[in-house]
Amino acid sequence: MYIRGCTMREITYVEALNEALREEMRRDERVIVMGEDVQLGYSGRGGLFLVTADLMREFGPERVRDTPISEEGFVGAAIGAAITGLKPVVEIMYADFLLCCMNQIVNVAAKLRYSTGGQLKVPIVIRTMIGQGRGVGSDHSQVPIAWFMNVPGLKVVAPSTPYDAKGLLKSAIRDESPIIFFESFLLYRTKGFVPTEEYIVPLGEADVKRKGTDLTIVAISTMVPCALSAAKKLKEEFNIDAEVIDPRTLVPLDKKTIINSVMKTNRLIIVESGVKTCGVGAEIASIVAEETFDYLDAPIKRVAAPHIPAPASPALEQLTIPSENDIIRAVREILQG
Amino acid sequence: MYKLLREAEGEGLERLHSDLLIWMYTKMLEIRRFEEKIEEEYRKGLIPGLVHLSIGQEAVAVGVCANLRDDDYVIGTHRGHGIAIAKGVPLDKLAAEILGKETGCCKGRGGSMRVAYVDKGLLYSCPIVGTGLPLAVGAGLSIKLRKTNQVAVCFFGDGASNTGDFHEALNLASIWRLPVIFICENNMYAISVHVKKSTSVENISDRARGYNIPGFTVDGNDVIAVYKIVREAVQRARNGEGPTLIECKTYRIVGHGTTDPGIAYRTIEEIEEWKRKCPIDRLRRYLIANGILSEEDLNRIGSEVEARVREAIKFAEESPYPSPDQVAEYVY
Ligand SMILES: Cc1ncc(C[n+]2csc(CCOP(=O)(O)OP(=O)(O)O)c2C)c(N)n1
Ligand SMILES: [Mg+2]
Repeated sequence: MYIRGCTMREITYVEALNEALREEMRRDERVIVMGEDVQLGYSGRGGLFLVTADLMREFGPERVRDTPISEEGFVGAAIGAAITGLKPVVEIMYADFLLCCMNQIVNVAAKLRYSTGGQLKVPIVIRTMIGQGRGVGSDHSQVPIAWFMNVPGLKVVAPSTPYDAKGLLKSAIRDESPIIFFESFLLYRTKGFVPTEEYIVPLGEADVKRKGTDLTIVAISTMVPCALSAAKKLKEEFNIDAEVIDPRTLVPLDKKTIINSVMKTNRLIIVESGVKTCGVGAEIASIVAEETFDYLDAPIKRVAAPHIPAPASPALEQLTIPSENDIIRAVREILQG
Repeated sequence: MYKLLREAEGEGLERLHSDLLIWMYTKMLEIRRFEEKIEEEYRKGLIPGLVHLSIGQEAVAVGVCANLRDDDYVIGTHRGHGIAIAKGVPLDKLAAEILGKETGCCKGRGGSMRVAYVDKGLLYSCPIVGTGLPLAVGAGLSIKLRKTNQVAVCFFGDGASNTGDFHEALNLASIWRLPVIFICENNMYAISVHVKKSTSVENISDRARGYNIPGFTVDGNDVIAVYKIVREAVQRARNGEGPTLIECKTYRIVGHGTTDPGIAYRTIEEIEEWKRKCPIDRLRRYLIANGILSEEDLNRIGSEVEARVREAIKFAEESPYPSPDQVAEYVY
């Protein structure tokens, strides 16, 4: 395949992340990887989901470090390493386990630069996975993206395609602020095209995944493929032309792309797989209401998870993750209104 | 207790270089006089927030930092003025920081509990109890990977030794054999809770055994004893022999913070007893007994220190507050 002057290859989301880590580790010897099972994992190649595959083989155990199950301790250590010359990429196996190191992330990493009057920088990337969608239950399926958006000093990234995953992880590693990088189990095996040549995706730039004129759907992480298939159906079955935007970076948020789109379509739906209350959608809806209220022709709608812990049973879990139909229903509601 | 200083007061012990002893005396006095002035500033309403003084504990910060180079890393605590002074933070920048001024070492953004001065290796002071230990482990990891022969030192209290951070950090430093020195300032209390009520072991250094690293308890009011035990730990760390836990038994003769009279949970007798063990008086007696300094010399040092402290406080008082238009600087 050939797009805009570069050859493209089709790879999975996991492979994209793995390539980003490898390229950045080759490029900058300050980059190290640490976390549980990153050296070997089930396959012996590295990582439970192969994101760190073959890194230990290439870079050795000093730069690719298995840690004990001490999230607070090794995230704190990564912060200490970051302020003294390294660029650690830390893996937190499930996003839920971020809670075990919330203190180091929120009270330390996010604050060091400010509280020291700019003396320190904290170039650390904390990669983690949203476990939702495979019946792993209440404390392995949370989507805590919005919690971290609430903390000044952190940047928050949540890519939805292999292209974005690779380009954004490379940018995140080169950035000098602490970054929480949300991956998603449901996206891990999805495929997409990435250039053969090196590229990055800058932080803070939303991507219009589908152009449209009738309404704007802002979709987050796992929900982007779902929103795109909903948009396709809406076009085919109802002749509704939805624009789908993936912010890709939640902090800093590319408000402009979202606002420009809403000014054009006059309608907005936000889709996320996390809980609706105080979620990402609540924030984006507020921004749009504050800044472009006059352009809205219909109430803003949020499609999100209900206020329920994730059940283990598949019959119940699927009710807690928004579906294509939920999106289609919400769209038809605001277009009929 | 007091073994080293007693031995030293007698004979047979290797004499420390007198310049070093004078430096340690001067630094301890600087800390004491500085904190006394800070307390006055607090009473005048010139200091925002919480202020925790280390009066009585000066020998720990000074005995430890006497072993360190400027490029060695230190992580301090909420009770961190003494640590900062011992590590070389200029008094005026420290005072200005405590008063929330733009000329402070953190431009007034950190305040009393979060002093950092990277130029002299003071990375941060952590007011979330225990939080500093993993940071020091990370600094140690970075030293190891960058192959410099720096060391990382973390100060923390007896209370902090009951946090998960303490245990995770000691384990990490041990398995990775990092050049980290953990300095526990055991002043017997975490606010009002006596260490016996909160802690499973007699000596906090006993916990080193669980992590397979050397652990020592030392009289934390004996600056020479602290200096010597830390010197060995620093040598081990620089030689790639891994971390050490050192517990310095000491006492804060003031309240926990400037809002605490410090008498509801301990007896006046206990406080008086520890005042008699003042680390500064002890070194002063030693210096005189060994003919290193005369009363006159000591008095001269005293007035020089007072003048420096006065200047620093004046500088802080006269310095401007940060400008409102810069409130959003340094977030990212
Ligand atoms: C995690 C955490 N819990 C509680 C506090 C409130 N607090 C501040 S200092 C302190 C006591 C700390 O005791 P210790 O570690 O012995 O240090 P010391 O104050 O005696 O120097 C407490 C409980 C805090 N800052 N952080
Ligand atoms: Mg204490």
